[in-house]
Amino acid sequence: MKVAVVTFPGSNCDYDLYKAIQQVGGEPTFVWHRERGLDGFDAVMLPGGFSYGDYLRAGAIARMSPVMEDVVAFAEGGGPVLGVCNGFQILCEAGLLPGALVKNASLRFESRDVLLRVENTGNLFTADYEVGDVLRVPIAHGEGNYQADEGTLERLEGEGRVIFRYVDAAGAATDAANPNGSLRNIAGIVNERGNVLGMMPHPERAMEPLLGSSDGVGVFTSLSRSLVPATS
Amino acid sequence: MSRFRLEIRVKPRPGLLNPEGKAIHHALNSLGWSEVSDVRVGKAIYVDLEAPYADGAVEAAEAMCRKILANPVTEDFEVAVVAEAEEART
Repeated sequence: MKVAVVTFPGSNCDYDLYKAIQQVGGEPTFVWHRERGLDGFDAVMLPGGFSYGDYLRAGAIARMSPVMEDVVAFAEGGGPVLGVCNGFQILCEAGLLPGALVKNASLRFESRDVLLRVENTGNLFTADYEVGDVLRVPIAHGEGNYQADEGTLERLEGEGRVIFRYVDAAGAATDAANPNGSLRNIAGIVNERGNVLGMMPHPERAMEPLLGSSDGVGVFTSLSRSLVPATS
Repeated sequence: MSRFRLEIRVKPRPGLLNPEGKAIHHALNSLGWSEVSDVRVGKAIYVDLEAPYADGAVEAAEAMCRKILANPVTEDFEVAVVAEAEEART
């Protein structure tokens, strides 16, 4: 699995993603946002961070980067694209995912572990989980409050495109378990075709039990497995 | 060509949660302005540009809003010419 990790000025989770990809046997390559061309890559990942200092709106300026034209083309061609945190914000700004991420309802930067319920496993990124699995994964964001109009939300739900939801220890999507005010506790969604996943929590920071959790590994193994045809 | 200064107001969509406005609302209430019933925070962006006419300048700014300055999911925008020619140079 050859993965392009796109870096922008202000990305800060690029090395975490790089390591996570290596951990599952993939070959990561950093691609600077001014470079062009994503030929030869099996997947593209947009890391977390604060591209362009979050000026104007988080992700708004990064989405105008030269490489984003290639990311859009890659996604439209069916290539797998994962955006984490700022990467999710960039995917929304680029129109690859619906909705927008606005300031947390708490007005605070939320940096802590949260619990996520896996809502759908019929895609490239969560096939290694079971529906209903509850994962412990860290968040670290000031603008992760997912907003979309009612029609969009209904479509996302109806088409099974909500992939992760913030839940409590019992697996219930309560207000108390919602760290940022996201509508319907949405933490991660996919596009219509299912090849583009955006999520605010950081699976790449949940790769080692020693560091608190390895519940994020499944995102990377799922993708890796989906790209390697079964040989048995 | 004339030089125009435009004020672009980017406003949060009605009905959308505006956490900054809510915090300021609470602050104003606690400072004694109990009559304040709602506060919403948007932003103002000032752009200087050259265009043959004011209409052209406004059209350009509207295109900028659609492309990058406003997010249509969460924000509306308004463009107004606030200065022309000499004044815009200062």
